[in-house]
Amino acid sequence: MDTPPAPARTLPAIDKDNCAYWTGGEHGRLMICRCGQCGYYVHPPVPFCPQCESSDVAPEPVSGRGRIASFTVNHKIWVPGLPTPSVLALVALDEQDDVRLVCNITHCNPDAVRFDMPVVVWFEHHEDLWVPFFRPVEQAA
Amino acid sequence: MTAYAEKNTAITGVGMSEVSRGATKSALALTVDAAMAAIRDAGLTRAEIDGIATWPGEQANASGFSAVGCAALQDALRLKVGWYAGGGEAPGQYGAVFNAVGAITAGLCRNVLIFRTMYEATARKTAFANSLLKSGERQSGPFAWYAPYYTYAASLQQALFFNLYVHKSGIRPEQVAQVPINQRRNAGLNPNAVYRTPITLEDYLASPLIATPLRLYDCDVPCDGAVAIIVSRMDVARTLRNPPVRIEAIGSSMQYRNSWTQLDALDTQAQPKVAEMMWSRTDLKPADVDIAQLYDGFTYHTLNWLENFGFCERYGAKDFIEGGRRIALEGELPVNTGGGALSGGRLHAYGAVHEACSQLWGRGGTRQVKGDPQVCATSTAGGPLAGAMLLVRD
Repeated sequence: MDTPPAPARTLPAIDKDNCAYWTGGEHGRLMICRCGQCGYYVHPPVPFCPQCESSDVAPEPVSGRGRIASFTVNHKIWVPGLPTPSVLALVALDEQDDVRLVCNITHCNPDAVRFDMPVVVWFEHHEDLWVPFFRPVEQAA
Repeated sequence: MTAYAEKNTAITGVGMSEVSRGATKSALALTVDAAMAAIRDAGLTRAEIDGIATWPGEQANASGFSAVGCAALQDALRLKVGWYAGGGEAPGQYGAVFNAVGAITAGLCRNVLIFRTMYEATARKTAFANSLLKSGERQSGPFAWYAPYYTYAASLQQALFFNLYVHKSGIRPEQVAQVPINQRRNAGLNPNAVYRTPITLEDYLASPLIATPLRLYDCDVPCDGAVAIIVSRMDVARTLRNPPVRIEAIGSSMQYRNSWTQLDALDTQAQPKVAEMMWSRTDLKPADVDIAQLYDGFTYHTLNWLENFGFCERYGAKDFIEGGRRIALEGELPVNTGGGALSGGRLHAYGAVHEACSQLWGRGGTRQVKGDPQVCATSTAGGPLAGAMLLVRD
């Protein structure tokens, strides 16, 4: 019996604020909005700083490194072909840990994923977007 | 402590349709059944209903999540009202009640019909109708951040929060299991509950793992059903047939980031400030509570609410529920006495209000809590949504 192909990734609708986040991977860069006045990272992106009320907020590249704030290992095959087990995670950015990015953790055994594990971003090209994923730092090329 | 608006309101009647894993009636017909039962229970007539409220309002899609809104019910019952509202941006499912409290206080109405209709069992027979992801469509809104990562259901996303709670609290699966086991036992005494056959610890541990640490028996049961309640102005309530179930205090705040990803405290969710607000509006204390109907979309929510209401300390729920004695019908704090959403059916916090009033009015039948309970804590929602009410029977 043929194994069904993995389901297509559902992609986000792009707007003026989130565009840099979902396209920065074309150049290998994770783009997070940051306040030009006080340095606070604003995520989800909006051109207003909740710390200092500045509108001087724009996307800039970050290190792409973070730690796993929480994760779950999915075991249910929600749709045909869904790869399991797989890891859904929230990664807290090294630059500012209240910036939490949703992702799958790849390039490792799901059973090996741990809280606070250091991870680094990589990107996968889908249509006009570059979707960020994370993998353990020690697994990075 | 009399200045707060909710103290001038009370629940005066409740009604519930048949609840099932596949209704013979339409969603609107179920809603009419629940609404008329509640109106009659209060001793009112349709002509005396002058407000309607629901959460989240009609959603014209195939999910069955909210198939009926104010307009459809108003027309079916030919109600003539001074005020109505349905909408999802509110402190969880109880947002409809809080809106009604405001409308009554503003003098817009006196007897508000509040309802919640679920038609998810039928919806799921034909399709993966509640999928958060739509094939071929780009995703907007707060879940767009989850979209590319195969996050097909809320259970997956909530498992993210649950896992952190397990990590921080050290709770063991056999302790979590006490919540669904207790509720199934209660459901066995509730003729209207969906699942009534007792489950054991072994059953829980053998139930399929959905997404670590969440198992099937940690999840509420999609059902077809409707609940209606009548909230009345206190002077009216005192003239009606049931002893008023006073809305002693509410928690409706949004003090944390309202986000499914950036929520301040992932493992306690939005609940702590909401519970704090509720307690700040009453002289009553956690020790005064006789019974609790705590949100149980997932078992983890119930554990959270036990702690956030202050029935036990932070991360102390595992000890509080150990062995299940304290939360049982005969325990010091009977929890989800009708089986809750885990076994009674996912009536989305309104099943809990119905059960609260049933117990406070002594209608619990074989599951009636002894000692004439008068005070019930109720709560709703997970993630960045939360709402809480303290109900007191006169």
